[in-house]
Amino acid sequence: MMENTAPILEMTGISKSFTAVKALEDVDFLLRAGEVHALLGENGAGKSTLLKVLTGVLPVDAGTIAFKGEQVHFANPLEAQQAGISAVYQEVNLCPNLSVAENMYIGREPRQLGRIQWRAMRRRATEALERVDVHVDVAALVSTHSLAVQQMVAIARAIDISADVLILDEPTSSLDRGEVDQLFAVIRQLVASGIAVVFVSHFLEQVYEIADRVTVLRNGRRVGEWKASELSRVELVTSMLGRELTTLEALERKPRAELTALEQTTPVLEAKAIGKKKAIAPFDLALYPGEVVGLAGLLGSGRTEVARLLFGADRADSGQFTVNGRTTTIRSPRAATAKGVAFCPENRRTEGLIEDLTVRENIVLALQAARGWTRSIPRKRQDELVEHWVRALDIRAASAEQPVRALSGGNQQKVLLARWLITEPKLLILDEPTRGIDVGAKTEIQRLVVSLCEDGVSVLFISAEIEEVLRLSHKVEVLRDRRIVAELANEGITVDTLLHTIAGGAAA
Amino acid sequence: MTRHRLIWPLLSIAALLLTNLLISPGFFSINMRDGHLYGSLIDIISFGAPLMLVAIGMTLVIATGGIDLSVGAVAAISGACACLLISKADDQNSLATVLMAIAAALGLSMLCGLWNGVLVAVIGIQPFVATLILMVAGRGIAQLITTGQIITIESSPYKRIGAGYLFALPFSIFIVAGVFVVTALLTRRTALGMLIEAVGGNKEASRLAGVRSRGLIILAYVFSSLCAGIAGVMISSIVSGADGNNAGLWIELDAILAVVIGGTALAGGRFFLAGTIIGAVLIQTLITTIYSIGIPPETNLLFKALVVTLVCLIQSPAFREKAFRLRRKPPLLADTTSPADDQPVKVTA
Repeated sequence: MMENTAPILEMTGISKSFTAVKALEDVDFLLRAGEVHALLGENGAGKSTLLKVLTGVLPVDAGTIAFKGEQVHFANPLEAQQAGISAVYQEVNLCPNLSVAENMYIGREPRQLGRIQWRAMRRRATEALERVDVHVDVAALVSTHSLAVQQMVAIARAIDISADVLILDEPTSSLDRGEVDQLFAVIRQLVASGIAVVFVSHFLEQVYEIADRVTVLRNGRRVGEWKASELSRVELVTSMLGRELTTLEALERKPRAELTALEQTTPVLEAKAIGKKKAIAPFDLALYPGEVVGLAGLLGSGRTEVARLLFGADRADSGQFTVNGRTTTIRSPRAATAKGVAFCPENRRTEGLIEDLTVRENIVLALQAARGWTRSIPRKRQDELVEHWVRALDIRAASAEQPVRALSGGNQQKVLLARWLITEPKLLILDEPTRGIDVGAKTEIQRLVVSLCEDGVSVLFISAEIEEVLRLSHKVEVLRDRRIVAELANEGITVDTLLHTIAGGAAA
Repeated sequence: MTRHRLIWPLLSIAALLLTNLLISPGFFSINMRDGHLYGSLIDIISFGAPLMLVAIGMTLVIATGGIDLSVGAVAAISGACACLLISKADDQNSLATVLMAIAAALGLSMLCGLWNGVLVAVIGIQPFVATLILMVAGRGIAQLITTGQIITIESSPYKRIGAGYLFALPFSIFIVAGVFVVTALLTRRTALGMLIEAVGGNKEASRLAGVRSRGLIILAYVFSSLCAGIAGVMISSIVSGADGNNAGLWIELDAILAVVIGGTALAGGRFFLAGTIIGAVLIQTLITTIYSIGIPPETNLLFKALVVTLVCLIQSPAFREKAFRLRRKPPLLADTTSPADDQPVKVTA
């Protein structure tokens, strides 16, 4: 499109770390006026941090930001907005209990002698919305309009405040196809008027449809920048998921027991046509003792949704489960635990650990919950269990009575694993167990998976790292667009074939 | 950790007691009269007994991440119920009558707690709103029971609960001690305490660990109402009568305050029963001090508010740090922002 436009925004050498984690390392990002620039990457790649640094939510540790040719330093989002950089986030930042017009002019209402000029405000709101082709009653409450309209209102507000750069973070995730088309029409119109748009999305089709350029981040580093038209889907997926052999050499051997032999036995858990509307299409999945099943797919493809249904964290609205040959339901985590299913969720800090409680309490929690509060595990037994697993998993804590929040990410992950291992599960579901933890801990967790499956435990392993999935799994379920699209026995499949299956469409 | 947390409330109590000592030198003296011990220090404990009871129950509710505003009203209902039953009896001094009246009052209180618990845990109403319903309606129920009058009774066994003595000490002290010990054993000797802290600390993580949070939350509200019921019996026993309007009025606010001063966070999670007792003693000491140093009655609420604000501020590490730093060179601030995980799971439609 606009080839030779000078960059309107130039971020150079941006670095940002949190206490122990490097969220961004020497990242460059170049944005030209009049382009749609897609910023892509898996969870934890650094997209959000980069946007937060850009909009002044977070300060940078190192690096410079040049906007319209000048060095800038935004202390807060308001300064960024006044300079001309506005962001519209996935969760629409509107007040549902206020009218559309009030939302658009909140904090900058047209006034005369201190009184708000309601009529002028409504007129200006109507005009601003018409510019993005939305025709609605601006006096009505925001909550009475569809999510798509709300999204447009947020965009219209951002532009009205004067935006040279408009950041759209997952703008289409709650829109249907028609609404997406409408949004894209508006984006094209904005771009034609010289606004630069940063587009963050995990829908690759949409990226190809709207974006001129693509920047991919992985693990806090920039992988590269391409013209969308010159980047194949497989190349894109490869750059997002990565394929370097890093930690995996540390594993001595592949856990490749005979798959056919495994499947002679009774599955630990079998899902038949289990599904949930808007989350994951009905799927069949059988998990055998001593087998590691990997789930591979991009962010938002439905990996976590499969895990949550199997554990009863969400209720399936179709299909049935078979446990030990008997048909049953799994309607709550409690029911799943009783059937020997354990689940380490992806967000260990919000869904896994109870950060106020000690290492010991977090480890015994699931076992204690299963026994009920009256049948307390004697303190001596607790200490033995905790001591055993702290040693077995090499959990580094000053003491077992230390609050778990004080531990590093890898050690927290091990505490969560220990919590479920003491319940002696038959099926262990691990959702991104190695994300955001150091290499040493990562290898230990991978090794643990191998030894568990040798002991006859069935493991469902979810990871964004293709290599890791391939290395550990006996078979791989591939997900795309909230659907299991393939089941591959892990015999001779390569990273390339797997990436092709994930990318789907034209397997080049 | 508990000890460290409680140093400020304990120092505050000491400061208040010292103030009293300066004003009336005989403040610490305890005399034996008719085989009973008398003295201001004993009064503080025995007058504070209903507050301590309510605060013990409140601690568990707050630990689940909730709050119980209805305890004052429940205390009034309980007192009204017990007094009504006794007043209707042929022999008000019969022990059996009194015991039955108390059992009925406590049973009714627990029913109130069940109502609160179901509203919060099953129907999912915010605890503040859910218990506000009974806070208001409960006063009405208490007045219905007393038919708008103050029921007075003449029952010496009942009178003993709040105004009697055992081993030269007020009987109410033993009731508080009993409830405290039972609660401590129940929460710390079983897994109840830890599971309540888990639910209050992170509801979703607890659910995913298989904790039955609904039952635990209901249990906490029932227990809180039971404590309030015992307090209500005690209050009506002290005055030998039930006043649906004024019994236990505003006690919920003092109880919440006692819990917070004791180190339990309003957000839920870790709770400290001993801290709660110290918080309640602090509040009762303050009330006593207000009377003893002769603060004019019209300003005593303001005075109380000022002292409480001061105690809360001193307790806050953030405030101490700031006040401390004013006198020192500011140290370089480390970046304390927590690692911003990229957005949590994006569940999209």
